Amino acid sequence: MTRLRTEPNIPDGDGFYQELLELHHGRSKEESDAINARLILLLANHIGDREVLREAMRTAADSAWTNKGEDR
Amino acid sequence: MRSFETPLYPYERSPDQDAPAPARHPVVVVGAGPAGLAAAIDLARRDIPVVLLDENDRVSYGSRAICFAKRALEILDRLGCGDEIVDHGVTWSRGKVFFRDRRIYEFDLLAEEGHRRPAFINLQQYRLEELLVRRLRDLQSAGRPVELRGGSRVTKVEPAAADVLLTVETPEGPYRLEAEWVVACDGAGSTVRRELGLEFAGRVFEDNFLIADVTMKADFPKERWFWFDPPFNRGQSALLHKQPEGLWRIDLQLGPGVDREEEQRPENVVSRLRQMLGDDVEFETEWISVYTFQCARIDRFRHGRVLFAGDAAHQVSPFGARGANSGIQDVDNLVWKLERVLHGRSPDSLLDSYDAERVPAADENILNSTRSTDFITPKSATSRLFRDAVLDLAETQPMARPLVNSGRLSLPHVYLGSPLQSPDTTGLPARTRPGSPAVDAPIGDGWLLARLGDRFQLLALGIDVPDDEPGPEIISLPAGRHPLLDERYLGNAPGALYLLRPDQHVAARFTDYDPGRIAAALRRASAQETDDP
Repeated sequence: MTRLRTEPNIPDGDGFYQELLELHHGRSKEESDAINARLILLLANHIGDREVLREAMRTAADSAWTNKGEDR
Repeated sequence: MRSFETPLYPYERSPDQDAPAPARHPVVVVGAGPAGLAAAIDLARRDIPVVLLDENDRVSYGSRAICFAKRALEILDRLGCGDEIVDHGVTWSRGKVFFRDRRIYEFDLLAEEGHRRPAFINLQQYRLEELLVRRLRDLQSAGRPVELRGGSRVTKVEPAAADVLLTVETPEGPYRLEAEWVVACDGAGSTVRRELGLEFAGRVFEDNFLIADVTMKADFPKERWFWFDPPFNRGQSALLHKQPEGLWRIDLQLGPGVDREEEQRPENVVSRLRQMLGDDVEFETEWISVYTFQCARIDRFRHGRVLFAGDAAHQVSPFGARGANSGIQDVDNLVWKLERVLHGRSPDSLLDSYDAERVPAADENILNSTRSTDFITPKSATSRLFRDAVLDLAETQPMARPLVNSGRLSLPHVYLGSPLQSPDTTGLPARTRPGSPAVDAPIGDGWLLARLGDRFQLLALGIDVPDDEPGPEIISLPAGRHPLLDERYLGNAPGALYLLRPDQHVAARFTDYDPGRIAAALRRASAQETDDP
C-alpha cells in the first residue's frame, strides 16, 4: 500500500525552500493565498493517490500543531 | 391561455362521496406530480385499481424540473410514454463555463453510443405532466382501473392495521376513503408526512435563487451556460439553459437575506436579465419565482401502509437534476413490489426493501447535490479560495476541469447493499453487476430495454436454457452477434444468464445454467426467502 513519504525526499531542500519563498516574495496576502490554493490543487492532481492525499491532509491538520496557538 | 393554466382534471363528484361507509381501494396515490402520475400509470398498467388524488385540477404552475435523465426516460418508455416525452424535449450536449468576465472552457458531453435514450433531455415539468396525464387517460379509456380526482385535498391520514383512513376535502365538502396502501407523492410540503408527524431532517440552504423562464427572439445556441461570479451578478452564479418552444431557463443566485417581493418585481427582474443577456436581445418573461431549498429526507420511506416517494420523501438542491428524476425512480422501485404484495405473491416485507434501496439512493442524490451547492456557493473564505483556484486553473489546465461542479449528471443508484440482490459471479462486466439497472444496447433493429418486460425475467446470452422450466420468463439472445451487448453483459465470458427484476435492475447473474441457483435468486429477489442473520 502506498503511504505518504515522511522521510526527506527533495534534493537540495534549501534550494526548494528558497524557491517557495521567492514565489511569494512581494505579493499581497490575497495573491499568496490564491497561489497556494492553486499549488495544492496541482500537486494533489500530480499525486493522484487518494490514500496518500488523505494521509497528507490528516498530517497537515494534526492537532499537535493546530492546537498550539490555544495552549499558550 | 398557457397550458399550466388550463384545468386538465377538474373536480367531479365521485360515487365514493355518496357511499354510506368509506369506499375501500387497494391503492390511493396522493399528489399528481411526476412521481404520483408515474405511480398511477404503472399501477394501472398492472391492472391494480388506483385512485390518484390531487388538490389542484391542473399541471404544476410554471416550470420547475426541466432536465430528465436517461434512466427516467427508460422508465417512461416502460410506462409507454417515452417517445412522446422525448419528442417534445430538446437534447443538448454542449456547454460553456464562465468565470468573472471570461469564458474559461467549453465542453461537449459526448454521450456513449448504443443507447436508445440520450443522457438527458430538457422539458418543462408541466409538459411532462401533461403527457403523463394523457397517458393515464389513454389507459383509462382502454379500461384500466385508474381514476384521477382533481380538487381533492387529503386533510387527514389515520393509519390502522389493515388499511389507512383518508379524509379528502373537496369543493362539495369532505368524504372519507379506506386505502390498503397509500403512496404519498404530495411534494416537499407533504400533508401526509405532516399528518404522520414525521421529521424531515436535513440541511437548509440560505441562498435565494431567482428563477425565470423567458422567451427569446434571438438565436441563442442550444447550450448550457454557467457563470461563476459574473459581472452582471457579482459574487453569485447564473445559469442559462434551453427548453423547448423557444423558452430559456435562467437561474440567478441572489444570496442570503434578500427581499423576495422586491426581487420578483418584473422591472427588477427585467433589469437583471438585461445585464445578463445584453441590450439588443428581445425577450419576454413567462414565469418568475424566488426560491430557497433544503437537502432533507425522512428517516424511513415506508411507514406501515404508507409509502413516501419523490419530494415528499426527500428533497435535494436543484443542481444536478435529481428531484423529479429520483421521484420517477422511487416509483419504478415501488410499484412492482406493491403489485406482488397485493397479489399475495410476496410477503409485505418486500416493501421494506423499497426503504432499503431508495433511502441510500436519496442519500447519494443529497450528497451529490450538496457538493454542487458547496462549490457554487462557497460557505467560507477558504472554500471560496479553493473554488476560485479550481476555476482559474480550469482555463488552461485540464486537470482542474473535472473539479468544476455546477451540477453533476443524475445517474441511477446501484442497489449494492440491497437484501434482494444475490452475490455476484466473477468475470462479468462491473457496470451490469447485481443492483445495477439493465444497461441498454442495440440488438439488431431494436434495443435491449425494449425487449425486456416488467416481470421477473431471465436474459440468456449465449447459453441454452430449457424453456419448459417453471420460473421467470426467458429472453434468449445469441452471443457474438451484438458487439455492444456482449461488451456490456459478457466481457470476456462466452455466455451469461441475468435475472432481471420487474424494474429492470439486475438481481443475479451466472455464467452457467443451474436451475437451483436461479430459483434461489428469484426467491431472494421477491423476499420469499430471507437469510438468517
